[in-house]
Amino acid sequence: MDTNYNFGFLDERTKKMIRRAILKAVAIPGYQVPFGAREMPFAYGWGTGGVQVTASIIGRHDVLKVIDQGADDTTNAVNIRRFFARTTGVATTEKTAAASIIQTRHRIPEAALTEAQTLVYQVPMPEPLFRLEPRRAETITMHALAEYGLMNVKLYEDIAQLGAISKTYDYPVLVNERYLTSPSPIPKFDNPKMHMNPALQLFGAGREKRIYAIPPYTAVRSLDFEDHPFEVQRWKHACALCGADDSFLDEMIVDDAGSRLFVCSDSDFCSERREAGYVGTQQAVHMPDVIAPTPTPTPTAAKGMA
Amino acid sequence: MTGDLLLSVRGAGKQFMQGNRLRWACRDVSFDLYPGEVLAVVGESGSGKSTLLRLLAARLGLDAGSVHYDVRGEAGADGGPGRSAAGLVDLAQLSEARLRWLSRTDWGFVEQHARDGLRMNVSGGANIGERMMALGARHYGKLRSEALSWMERVELETDRIDDLPGSYSGGMQQRLQIARNLVTHPRLVFMDEPTTGLDVSVQARLLDLVRELVNQLQLAAVIVTHDLAVARLLAHRMLVMKDGCVVEQGLTDRVLDDPQHPYTQLLVSSVLTP
Amino acid sequence: MTAVLETSDLSKTFTLHARGGLVLPVFSGISLSLRPGECLALTGHSGSGKSSLLRCLYGNYSASSGDVRIRHADQWVSLSTAAPREVLEVRRRTLGYVSQFLRVIPRVSTLDIVAEPLRRLGVAADEARSQAAQWLARLNLHERLWHLPPATFSGGEQQRVNIAHGLIAGHPVLLLDEPTASLDADNRRVVVELIHAARAGGAAVIGIFHDDEVRAAVASRCLDVEDYRQSN
Repeated sequence: MDTNYNFGFLDERTKKMIRRAILKAVAIPGYQVPFGAREMPFAYGWGTGGVQVTASIIGRHDVLKVIDQGADDTTNAVNIRRFFARTTGVATTEKTAAASIIQTRHRIPEAALTEAQTLVYQVPMPEPLFRLEPRRAETITMHALAEYGLMNVKLYEDIAQLGAISKTYDYPVLVNERYLTSPSPIPKFDNPKMHMNPALQLFGAGREKRIYAIPPYTAVRSLDFEDHPFEVQRWKHACALCGADDSFLDEMIVDDAGSRLFVCSDSDFCSERREAGYVGTQQAVHMPDVIAPTPTPTPTAAKGMA
Repeated sequence: MTGDLLLSVRGAGKQFMQGNRLRWACRDVSFDLYPGEVLAVVGESGSGKSTLLRLLAARLGLDAGSVHYDVRGEAGADGGPGRSAAGLVDLAQLSEARLRWLSRTDWGFVEQHARDGLRMNVSGGANIGERMMALGARHYGKLRSEALSWMERVELETDRIDDLPGSYSGGMQQRLQIARNLVTHPRLVFMDEPTTGLDVSVQARLLDLVRELVNQLQLAAVIVTHDLAVARLLAHRMLVMKDGCVVEQGLTDRVLDDPQHPYTQLLVSSVLTP
Repeated sequence: MTAVLETSDLSKTFTLHARGGLVLPVFSGISLSLRPGECLALTGHSGSGKSSLLRCLYGNYSASSGDVRIRHADQWVSLSTAAPREVLEVRRRTLGYVSQFLRVIPRVSTLDIVAEPLRRLGVAADEARSQAAQWLARLNLHERLWHLPPATFSGGEQQRVNIAHGLIAGHPVLLLDEPTASLDADNRRVVVELIHAARAGGAAVIGIFHDDEVRAAVASRCLDVEDYRQSN
């Protein structure tokens, strides 16, 4: 642990201020609480909000897990985990079940969470109405008066123009049947996990300086129409490594012929399954219709070539 | 045109700072409006008629007087606090949330320029459906069929339902605006120069449509216009405004055929007839 | 039999502010009483105020002084002081008016113009149109004109549309302003029959009849408006 910094990098008064904001957020599920975001040692867009939330709640006996798009080993996750190790000396882990605080960018772990756990989301844009109504004064009024017709208009328009609701990530939800909330850019696949989750879910947006929360066991409903109900993504294939057919899969293109390897996005979930003995096909999937075949060169064209 | 009083205005007025002096944009306006009555507010530029319309629709705050409306389901329906002796509610006592809700349900407001009254970045169908969605309608198919039926009613081609309003002509945009306002069956519609700027033949069609709808739906309306022919065609009653004051009011054909006030006589005699 | 329309000391004066406040007196002190079945003909030279009197009785002109009362829904309604919506209600149910010139609404067909007074009384569209067709046929207006707006019709054709529009609802009180002015002999005869039929049905009529023959055929008494000319 680097003793040049205060525990968790932020000073105690700042942590108190953020905890007060968190308390208010928990008291009003889904409501965006403004807070005095501090300058962090990395740029906006890299998780400053989530880090400030984690820094304010982390204690000596916590165990921290950090994931980015489900993986513990990407640059972002590694750096944040190292940041906390350095400024708190707190134990870190890659195992979801062993963590008391999980900070995440853009995914919810596949493993079910418990009442003893807190999930901290990194949020780029906390305002779900931002693209439809850019005026902040207007969106504040809309949230205050629960005037969310505009979001339904957007969903209607998607269906009218595209045949289906087009949002596949950052899919808008209604928290506690009151506040329209952005779940952060998690895939809509993860939305159902937010509903009645035993864990405390905290959301931090550093650049926009907002904190919001979903307390344990809170109703979270993804917006939809009665005759166009909310649906999660499904794959035709299972994870090539562990064989899971119910997790969110990353799709990796592995050669020029368009072969794809489908692998669990949640790296800990996949490795737990493999340790338990599950095995996948270990094979990339060849998808011939996806990419056009390479045209064979005509004899005349080839003649001029050296 | 029987029924209880719908809108009651007493001494309404609005001030503005002009330079370093306070000027009354309109003052001392009083009238009662009943269900199914159409009132035209007529005057030239600067008469205060548009300001009056915005005062009535609670888009501006009153500086003098009061506006009472028969708000359905408002607390005090039994004559308790909030309701006047006539049973109407003082709009100044309503919360912003309630006023906004009223504007979206029991009232309509047709803007002079359709662009100000429509969402230009979503389709015609979405525009018509918005009020219903704001009230909790969540069945896409029903929203769509309701939108289609309203488009027929205002004589819009139903195959334009998914087109953006920008691709509609001016007359079509106005009709879309009307449909968007009427889906919630408002009892009172405010119209600000609904036909100004449109081609003459388009105006005629639009006025016909408004006449039809007012009759069919028993709408009460306050229509601001500088065109006396529009007033004669649509309105049962007229208010003539000059320099912020009402100089004459009464039955439309009486005011137009037997004007008493000098200004009304001037207006009526100035109208060109082809 | 009780009266259905009464005036007391009715007078009308125009003030033309655009002409520096020029005062034009028309008539004063007219007190009349009209009973069902009567036809009162207003006489007097052109400009004597006959049309103005009729318009006062309709509420189209305001009375400068005095009162106009009409029997409506078993009550007396003062047209001089009634609110606009009350006047409109009286016109819808009780008081009919055939004006001298047809005011044309663009795009509305002749049939619909004539049917409108019935529609306003709650009659269904189809039934109203079919009655309108009967009236137009009675007035010898050719069927091919029924679906056209009357803007391009001749004076006589427009007048017949006006008459049908004014009489179709069977109002108990009728005001007729030169109903036969532009009509040929045949159509004048039809109008006379229609007025007789209305009177027989209990309607009270006040009319201005330019044609002596028509006046003689329909009027039960006369009132010369010139007798009430205001002295300046």
